[in-house]
Amino acid sequence: MNRELACRDHWAGWNVAAAGRNVCLLVVVAMFCLGPLGWQILASVKPDEELVRLPPLVPTRLTAAHYERVLFHSSLVQALINSAVVATGTTVLALMLGSCCAFALARLPIRGRPMILGAILMASMFPPIAIISPLYLTMREMGLRDSLIALGLAHTVHALPLTIWLLTVAFRQLPRELYHAARVDGCTPLKALLTVVLPPARPGLAVAGLLTFIHSWNEFMFALTLTASDTARTAPVAIALFPGLHDIPWGDLAAASIIVTLPVAGLAAFFSRHLIGGLTAGSVKG
Amino acid sequence: MKVADFNGQKSDGPGWNLSERIWGYAFVAPAMTLVSLMALAPIGAALWLSLRHRLPIFGVDEFVGLANYLDLLGDERFWATLRTTLYFTGLSVGLELPIGLGLALLLDALTDERTRFGRLAQTVAIVPWAVPTVVSAQMWLWLYQPDYGLLNYVLARIGITVPIDWLADPRWAIHAAVIMEVWKTTPFAALMLLAGLKALPWELRAAARVDGAGWWDGFRSITLPLLTPVILITLVFRTMDAVRVFDAVYVLTGGGPGNTTETLSIYAYKTLFQSLQLGYGSALATAMFLISAILSSFYVLLLRRRMRDTT
Repeated sequence: MNRELACRDHWAGWNVAAAGRNVCLLVVVAMFCLGPLGWQILASVKPDEELVRLPPLVPTRLTAAHYERVLFHSSLVQALINSAVVATGTTVLALMLGSCCAFALARLPIRGRPMILGAILMASMFPPIAIISPLYLTMREMGLRDSLIALGLAHTVHALPLTIWLLTVAFRQLPRELYHAARVDGCTPLKALLTVVLPPARPGLAVAGLLTFIHSWNEFMFALTLTASDTARTAPVAIALFPGLHDIPWGDLAAASIIVTLPVAGLAAFFSRHLIGGLTAGSVKG
Repeated sequence: MKVADFNGQKSDGPGWNLSERIWGYAFVAPAMTLVSLMALAPIGAALWLSLRHRLPIFGVDEFVGLANYLDLLGDERFWATLRTTLYFTGLSVGLELPIGLGLALLLDALTDERTRFGRLAQTVAIVPWAVPTVVSAQMWLWLYQPDYGLLNYVLARIGITVPIDWLADPRWAIHAAVIMEVWKTTPFAALMLLAGLKALPWELRAAARVDGAGWWDGFRSITLPLLTPVILITLVFRTMDAVRVFDAVYVLTGGGPGNTTETLSIYAYKTLFQSLQLGYGSALATAMFLISAILSSFYVLLLRRRMRDTT
């Protein structure tokens, strides 16, 4: 309150100037952050002949041909479905395993907490490239190579450290009495977790889920090595290995890129405040 | 009330009488099993592999001790990729931090007046973070296109008429990758720094701003020292990420031209999956882990010293 008042005094009579300045600043930030993406959107609606020359900067006519081609005449849709399945499965599994583990770490009297945290930290510190070859060999042995299951499991393990960390913080913020009261009423710890702990922790769960979904949707290295054919390939791999006979089909590639980016960029922008809170919590309080 | 008090109080019938601690282990077990099987065991296996010569195509699989690591020391290409990785990391983190700090101060200024601008700006700033790295690489490939890419067009308009072949010119390719990385990760660094700024006590911030002292003095003597811990943590995160960079550079240049943009991850990947030298590739990956561990413990030391000095 005080701070807001001080600021208002400071800027009294400057509202028009301040608003003008703010608009300018916002334009600078937006140009930097969205410029390259905007250029890609333009490329996705430019007719072919205008893609290979510059100027004109702005297309003289708009075309949906690129979108039509990648949506109806390529394997992109299959890749999008694969990505959606893997990302959703990963999110559900990571939240289930993560909330159980985080709850035990936050509230139950277990021994070896430092060891558990150390193992989780270790798993997240090691560069993914280091574990990818043993993982690949194991998955091949188990006949899980080129399947969505292998990829989903890899993504879940990748997501667990952050999920456990975020949920432990979220559970610790809830009053202890909530859980104790449920126990006195005769709930088992599992039932107490499901009925009185998880519901009020919804914001934390949402942030952890969103982060997991976005990471899984965007992940490339595991997806590249653990999948081999169109049936299991995810969207980022499809974008990286975008087929072109002689030249890169810039228009189609741009359209495919925009389609793949839209779900995650949309989610991130829509929930930006919650995500920023979740992502930066560790750095500020930690 | 102590948790132990609940033991033996339940009357829900048989099977529900497990103690809290056993429940705790049951809760931890699934996650830990998965982490052990899919992360810790592979780490162990990678360490074990790094002590072996394993070339599936030739049917070679033998224990060689530290031979792979000794080979590493004499491997010209390893040192070259290490140099490339450190150059890439140093330059991109070195650019991200000041630009990110500037951006954070801009966003901070926007949210100071009670407007919607700040929220809108934060929404905009999180977008580059959410864009898949692979897509970002393709976007920049398009911007860097030498004949009809936007960048060369703009350069030509401001008088630089000799087109730069960004990704085929060994002098430019690594810098092109750095520019892309800076675009993708700076807004996020800015958001972290912004959260740090917001967490500072407002009295100090007001003092830094309003007092007779100039803006720069206030920033340098009050804001910056208080922000140091957050800056260091941002540095750790960004350095760890940049050292293991893979998809961005892999899609943008594939390591070329002539291996000039090959990073440690890309070299390890090619060794593992293209020349199928599983032992040597694992040694490379382990070396990478050691390098990032050394870098981050260096930061932790700095952070600890800083904390001790200020308290």
